[in-house]
Amino acid sequence: MNWIGMSARELAQQLKTRFGDLISEPAEFRGEITVRLSDPACIAEICRFAKKDLGFDCLVDLSSLDHYGSDPRWTVVYHLYGYGHHCYLRIKTDVGEEESELPTVTTVWRAADWHEREVYDMMGIRFRGHPDLRRILMWEGYPYFPLRKDFPLAGKPSTVPEVAFTNAAPMDGGPFVTLAGGRDSTAREPRVRGPESDKK
Amino acid sequence: MQTRTEISFNSKVEGDLVHTRLDAAVNWCRKNSLWPMPMGLACCAIELMAAGASRFDIARFGAEVMRFSPRQSDVMIVAGTVTYKMAAAVRRIYEQMTEPKWVIAMGACASTGGMYRSYAVLQGVDHIVPVDVYVSGCPPRPEALLEALIKLQGKVSREPALALQKRVA
Repeated sequence: MNWIGMSARELAQQLKTRFGDLISEPAEFRGEITVRLSDPACIAEICRFAKKDLGFDCLVDLSSLDHYGSDPRWTVVYHLYGYGHHCYLRIKTDVGEEESELPTVTTVWRAADWHEREVYDMMGIRFRGHPDLRRILMWEGYPYFPLRKDFPLAGKPSTVPEVAFTNAAPMDGGPFVTLAGGRDSTAREPRVRGPESDKK
Repeated sequence: MQTRTEISFNSKVEGDLVHTRLDAAVNWCRKNSLWPMPMGLACCAIELMAAGASRFDIARFGAEVMRFSPRQSDVMIVAGTVTYKMAAAVRRIYEQMTEPKWVIAMGACASTGGMYRSYAVLQGVDHIVPVDVYVSGCPPRPEALLEALIKLQGKVSREPALALQKRVA
């Protein structure tokens, strides 16, 4: 397919023409185009088409969101870029907590390898067919997924003998939050802030 | 009245003999040649490098020989944030250092975890290795590190070196 001279919106339309109801209407926000994919099981197929036929040869980022308390719980976000047409495209797909699994895109972009490992490490979403799905930031054997909303910032105690241990960090009433736009450095400096302390 | 200004050793007056304690002599050798193991883990390491460079010149205190081999170093300067993942490596390198050995915890992160009250950061390197001197600051100025080094020299010079030697053997 010849994608030269096409805008991001036109490229997203091409994707919709090819896959029909799987892909939502392209939504624009501040000049950036986002499409939602209704079935996460098709993500690898969609991405292969976007790379081979629409010229999105670069996976800029792959990240995940935790909508704790609502269903489906996870959203996995793919940021695509094409060096040929200089267009960005964002693909979002929702994954349920019970499944917490979707196909890998390492078969499309090798760059997805470490991104997917990071998502797995922090959120616990697994990528089917990933060549080496190990933790990347935390150590092997760490029992939690620390970027989930129900995981406390201070952490939880854990032990892996000869590798690492963790304790809950002392919060001392925190978290301590900096207030942007305070009138002087005393007002701006990090202090205990939150729904409780702000009422006083 | 004549005041005596010369306080150093004078061979004309005192002959060819120096009287001292062996502990003091050993400690004097040690404290003026503390070879650091630069455990640079975050931005504090930049200040550590500045302390080693010409403007602040840690060589004035005999600690300019940064050794990247733990087997050749005397003092581990933990400069930066110790994550739990790195803690095992820090501990291992400390254990590979030969006795006698000392530790300086440089900066807020190495001393207490600093601003990182988080699941990933060890809340003070003293949870895994014995620390001799803590340096406050985020990051500390090179002068503060030099002050810590002088403090450590003071501590080394007061140590019962021979008694400790027996303990280790």
